[in-house]
Amino acid sequence: MIKQYETVFIATPVLSDSQMKEAVAKYTDLITKNGGEIVYQEDWGLKQLAYSIQKKTSGFYYLIEFKADTQFIDTLETQYRRDDRIIRFLTFAMDKHSIAYAERRRNNKAAKAE
Amino acid sequence: MAQTTEFRYLNPPTVEVRKKKYCRFKKAGIKYVDYKDAEFLKKFLNEQGKILPRRITGTSLKFQRKVAQAVKRARHLALLPYVTDLLK
Repeated sequence: MIKQYETVFIATPVLSDSQMKEAVAKYTDLITKNGGEIVYQEDWGLKQLAYSIQKKTSGFYYLIEFKADTQFIDTLETQYRRDDRIIRFLTFAMDKHSIAYAERRRNNKAAKAE
Repeated sequence: MAQTTEFRYLNPPTVEVRKKKYCRFKKAGIKYVDYKDAEFLKKFLNEQGKILPRRITGTSLKFQRKVAQAVKRARHLALLPYVTDLLK
């Protein structure tokens, strides 16, 4: 059953830019290869964490909004747990209100960008 | 019989008029509380980062649960601290 999900992960700040892109590419390919479809991506870049995780006080945040099958989420999360570049992740199943909200958020972000 | 002096105040006691609390989500028609929007969620936390009770914020039960869930997700993603001394 295809549902819409939103996942945010935090990568260690030690990564260089190319490693960060490579990590992101790994997950986007993982989604598309397993029959998922990416709706929206957003890079929040290096942000200060509210509390230190694994002795680090900042991290690269990355948001991916995608449609995928329900069984796929387990494989995604095991990949997250195995990957030691990712220090924290959160996947979130979106209902119709959150999908509408994400839609609005994208539109006014695009409008603001112009 | 001691003459009971009638008790008079210097100025009339201002009975604190109680502002009718309303649920800001119902009024504004917000349907979803986003866990990524830390600035908005901070309105529902006190200085120590704890979630404010409904009797203070006046939100309805349905939206208080959504706010609490969103705050806990934001804390998991280190967007909000679990405990701090000066949040604002």
